Amino acid sequence: MEDKRLNSTIGTLKLKNPLLTASGTFGFGTEYEDFLDLNSLGGFIVKGTTGEKREGNPYPRLAETPSGMINAVGLQNKGVEYFCKNIYPQIKGKNPNIIVNVSGSSIEEYCKVASMINDLETIPAIELNISCPNVKKGGMGFGVNKDMAAEVVTEVRKVYKKHLIVKLTPNVTNIIEIAQAVEKAGADSLSLINTVLAMAVDAEKQKPLISTITGGLSGPAIKPIALRCVWQVSHNVNIPVIGIGGIMNARDVVEFMLVGASAVEIGTANFVNPSVCTQVINDLSDYCDRHKLNNITELIGKI
Amino acid sequence: MKYQRELVVLRKENLNPACFLLELKSTDSLCEILPGQFVNILVKDVAERLLRRPISIHDVDYNANTISVVVQKIGLATEKLSLINESDKLDVVFPLGNSFPTEEKRPLLVGGGVGTAPLYYLAKTYYNKGIKPAVLIGARTKDQLFLIDKYKTVADVFISTEDGSVGEKGLVTANSVMNESFSAILTCGPTPMMKAVANMAQERQISCFVSLENRMACGIGACLCCVTETKSEGNVCVCTKGAVFRANEIKW
Ligand SMILES: Cc1cc2nc3c(=O)[nH]c(=O)nc-3n(C[C@H](O)[C@H](O)[C@H](O)COP(=O)(O)OP(=O)(O)OC[C@H]3O[C@@H](n4cnc5c(N)ncnc54)[C@H](O)[C@@H]3O)c2cc1C
Ligand SMILES: Cc1cc2nc3c(=O)[nH]c(=O)nc-3n(C[C@H](O)[C@H](O)[C@H](O)COP(=O)(O)O)c2cc1C
Ligand code: FES
Repeated sequence: MEDKRLNSTIGTLKLKNPLLTASGTFGFGTEYEDFLDLNSLGGFIVKGTTGEKREGNPYPRLAETPSGMINAVGLQNKGVEYFCKNIYPQIKGKNPNIIVNVSGSSIEEYCKVASMINDLETIPAIELNISCPNVKKGGMGFGVNKDMAAEVVTEVRKVYKKHLIVKLTPNVTNIIEIAQAVEKAGADSLSLINTVLAMAVDAEKQKPLISTITGGLSGPAIKPIALRCVWQVSHNVNIPVIGIGGIMNARDVVEFMLVGASAVEIGTANFVNPSVCTQVINDLSDYCDRHKLNNITELIGKI
Repeated sequence: MKYQRELVVLRKENLNPACFLLELKSTDSLCEILPGQFVNILVKDVAERLLRRPISIHDVDYNANTISVVVQKIGLATEKLSLINESDKLDVVFPLGNSFPTEEKRPLLVGGGVGTAPLYYLAKTYYNKGIKPAVLIGARTKDQLFLIDKYKTVADVFISTEDGSVGEKGLVTANSVMNESFSAILTCGPTPMMKAVANMAQERQISCFVSLENRMACGIGACLCCVTETKSEGNVCVCTKGAVFRANEIKW
């Protein structure tokens, strides 16, 4: 049964509880239906979607590292048209907050995807993944430069009329500066962090463990970095922040809310335990009992 | 339907210095499990191995509600798993992946090393349909073989060892059973072995199916980490479209 004490909001988005699932770790949701009720989640964020079909990077795309994993999937997906025609009809209505993660390698591509998703009635928000390389600017990530970040958000804002979440990369010198630029450009909320640029080496074979040499680190290993980023950003912007990075249990969720997150996304933990979200939701209710909270949102930004 | 359940270790048996068998009991009855499918086992408290370990299903006993697996100690998580005791519990997701073909008239099953494990359930499936398959097992030396007598109850068993300590001396591809005629070859083992077997099958125009062991994060088609490149569909997930593929479909 729904525990009203867990009801949360991200700006205009109303959530049953503060749990979303992170893009790229939850497929299109249906992969997890044998393990949990999709409608029990605050929402779920589907795979990164681009303007055209992408094959992604060559295998191997995965290496395990202390308390984490490095991935180099490289945005393999069938493109936004395929999503709208074939995936959307299968998933719509499974949760009030199905959110599409929008990626691209040019501003035009981001805008194309955003405007097509804008027409899908039951998708109340997109999450703009600005960690992608800008092919027109020598492959530098949109999200690592405040002007480039602001520009892509400004342009997407023109074509996207619903709730616009912008997802930040931690691989920057000053995340506050990027967050503020993105807020000014029209983001409705921020989600952070995306994966941390990392590398793993096989000492025996004397070779890198993944095909692209470097990849994105996720899992508990990045939680302290993520907490720091969420704390820094949430105290320096006036829009809601969604915390992401290494969340494995309810205690982690509480930590992110204390440093300023209005909601959280669970990523790698879904691989370890496909029903982890159910467990976390139950444990958050316990936490409310133990700490006599009327609502979980009382925790937001206490630190 | 896939399940996530706590299974109890009913029996643990060391098969050779590197491999051990676990018979895992479910309190609820088991769903239908196909030969070639695998389970995803959570090995807790190994800091450098957060993810589940995909392990092929070696045998299923629907009466006892047990699934057996054979695990080779090869790294941190499998070493840790080898320390488990009877009556301990494991968090297991199953059954995952597709199936080996089970309608062949005269199949040859070729296994190498721990890759031989899933061929028992496959051979048993054929045997129960009235077809006694041929199983060819390859190993470096006799110490690496396991459960040969068990395989003999459901199949005609042929063995190749590289040092000639049992069976014919040499690689599986040189075994004389390879000269007989078969409707299909179904193989699981080290990649170089499967490639060599697939090449032979191709030359003789016999269809060949291989079971891949790509690195996996989720095992359920959600992360796209486990892909193999195919000729007709580009990168596809081994965990959902495989682990069994037509050998001539994959680019390797
Ligand atoms: C579908 C499927 C079925 C399987 N069935 C069985 C089975 O029945 N029995 C069984 O014993 N095993 C089976 N495996 C393999 C098993 O899952 C692995 O051996 C196990 O997960 C290894 O875990 P570990 O921590 O012990 O070893 P690890 O330390 O993770 O790795 C073992 C070896 O792999 C190498 N390695 C590590 N990372 C990478 C990488 N990113 N890319 C390439 N190589 C890497 C390491 O150098 C080491 O040599 C199966 C795998 C799959 C995908
Ligand atoms: C396999 C994998 C694929 C991912 N794909 C995407 C993606 O397509 N778009 C995106 O914005 N983030 C992607 N991410 C990042 C996650 O959404 C999340 O930000 C990150 O994993 C940190 O959270 P975690 O530690 O809980 O996993 C991916 C992560 C993983 C592990
Ligand atoms: S392991 Fe995640 S898609 Fe196959």
